[in-house]
Amino acid sequence: MAAPRTLYDKIWDDHVVQQDADGTCLIYIDRHLVHEVTSPQAFEGLRMTGRKVRAPEKTIAVPDHNVPTTPGRETHIDNEESRIQVEALDKNAKDFGVVYYPVTDIRQGIVHIVGPEQGWTLPGMTVVCGDSHTATHGAFGALAHGIGTSEVEHVLATQTLIQKKSKNMKVEITGSLRPGVTAKDITLSVIGATGTAGGTGHVIEYCGQAIRELSMEGRMTVCNMAIEGGARAGLIAPDEKTFEYVMGRPHAPKGAKWEAALAYWKTLFTDEGAHFDKVVVLKGEDIAPVVTWGTSPEDVLPITGEVPDPESFTGGKVEAAKRALDYMGLKPGTKLTDIKIDTVFIGSCTNGRIEDLRAAAAVLKGRKVAPGMRAMVVPGSGLVRAQAEEEGLAQVFIDAGFEWRLAGCSMCLAMNPDQLSPGERCAATSNRNFEGRQGRGGRTHLMSPAMAAAAAVTGHLTDVRELMGEEA
Amino acid sequence: MDKFTTLTGVAAPMPLVNIDTDMIIPKQFLKTIARTGLGKNLFDEMRYDADGKEKPEFVLNQPAYRDAEIIVAGDNFGCGSSREHAPWALLDFGIRCVISTSFADIFFNNCFKNGILPVVLPQSAVEELMEDARRGANARITVDLDSQTVTGAEGKTYHFDVDPFKKHCLLNGLDDIGLTLEKAGSIDAFEKKAAATRPWA
Ligand code: SF4
Repeated sequence: MAAPRTLYDKIWDDHVVQQDADGTCLIYIDRHLVHEVTSPQAFEGLRMTGRKVRAPEKTIAVPDHNVPTTPGRETHIDNEESRIQVEALDKNAKDFGVVYYPVTDIRQGIVHIVGPEQGWTLPGMTVVCGDSHTATHGAFGALAHGIGTSEVEHVLATQTLIQKKSKNMKVEITGSLRPGVTAKDITLSVIGATGTAGGTGHVIEYCGQAIRELSMEGRMTVCNMAIEGGARAGLIAPDEKTFEYVMGRPHAPKGAKWEAALAYWKTLFTDEGAHFDKVVVLKGEDIAPVVTWGTSPEDVLPITGEVPDPESFTGGKVEAAKRALDYMGLKPGTKLTDIKIDTVFIGSCTNGRIEDLRAAAAVLKGRKVAPGMRAMVVPGSGLVRAQAEEEGLAQVFIDAGFEWRLAGCSMCLAMNPDQLSPGERCAATSNRNFEGRQGRGGRTHLMSPAMAAAAAVTGHLTDVRELMGEEA
Repeated sequence: MDKFTTLTGVAAPMPLVNIDTDMIIPKQFLKTIARTGLGKNLFDEMRYDADGKEKPEFVLNQPAYRDAEIIVAGDNFGCGSSREHAPWALLDFGIRCVISTSFADIFFNNCFKNGILPVVLPQSAVEELMEDARRGANARITVDLDSQTVTGAEGKTYHFDVDPFKKHCLLNGLDDIGLTLEKAGSIDAFEKKAAATRPWA
């Protein structure tokens, strides 16, 4: 009998084009997602060498990072450099014949939301994008990871990547989550436990009852932040929920192909006894709603906690924590719930899907944002936006005092006009709280959509369970 | 891509852990469609104040380190995004080698595609080299890719591991797209097989 394999081993084995004696492999890429920021130099490279895109039908391009999220963007982008990048993508998509969703298309949105939504992302595939949050697609049991621009060019030209196999890491979340606790709290808590380098060199497989109980949206949230834990990719074995989500999507297989695909997808799980190089287990019931206090996603604590003393850390982390508190304008011992905020951002490829908007709207219904608060919702795609309007969520946000924006990355990385000012403090549902990430000098606290909505209502970091009438 | 063979130069000490790609090159500089010209914005928010004036305390603004070609850094250098603008900015500034105990995977890979050598050494070695780096322009560090060694200012030598394929490409300045295109036959064969076994993909 063949040796037991992990899910990662199986997908890897099915994509090896060629293996060299030293273990360097040529891996076939099934889907290549492309956005405007990390691709212009790659397409330029093709032009300079006279190369073509090998598989334009497997290459999907969408502008998301730079696009304004306010009306009028279809015809005009004020920022000249942003406009040039978006126009370059328009031209490259046309010249090289790749699949394209321009801003005028309702299907436009954040690349990691568009891929699954359109059925481009399927179980067992290899998916790459010049973007570290490509890990998102691992929620489908697809091996998905970010690549640099040189590799984008390599995939465009050859539909392959040169890679060595990573190690296997298992992250198991046992039991069930408590009320008010979400996928975002899982993924942040895992990073809090393992550190931002905990997964370096590994592909993480998330498993356990709490993961199985998550919706596909929640699973995407978990895998999205695998990269913040240092892992290039996060995986979740596909199951009935996965198949149900995929079925009927525009680019999902149909008829006999669907049956064949399904039969194959059902073989995509980790065999009993397969080897993991690293194992982390968290209890689902121990996970609380969390927020970040510092400038690294590992700086995470339950909302019931206090800002830590840098001296409580060891090694280089002492200096990093001092620097973080200085940047964040926080003092050790401050209760997290006493931290006042100026701005709320709900969106991004971590939490810009319909379920995220439902969770935030559930908290906001019948409530108003605190006086003076700036609050915005940026749906992850035009289709998420349309669905939220149809479900009445948009009206809940607008009635509460939120701005209701068009789809894009927006204030997740603030390449478009949506930015924080120096010192402005933001409750954000995105994935990075790095210095300057949301605007120079801006201060980011990461949390779930429900927690961000709660903060919007009270004006300070808040335990959403209190607004839900739950015990902390 | 430029070859990397051996390098002797000034090393800048950056002991901070988790230096992320947003610190290396903030997103406002990702709007370029070129690969060059990013050096002046390397570490922009650490290097300049809000008015664009240099912060004298930042290491690369100090006279001893203006021509640094090596960075000795704290753990987990290059974490964060996949932006190749990070190695492009380092290269454009003149940095050809970064030494740390660990690197983020994507950044690590991106370095090799741009003629930058990321060197992983144990904690104790990085600390000793950090001390050398703190001595400024008088203490040069030598990095030799062929023999896989780093030699500190006092002549102490440290061996490092490097992937043989990456080493080969870097030593010879090879473009790996060209190398892969030579394997087009295998790719064709793979696609043919996959069309039969996974026709939906
Ligand atoms: S939403 Fe944020 S993390 Fe996601 S792709 Fe856009 S910029 Fe990157």
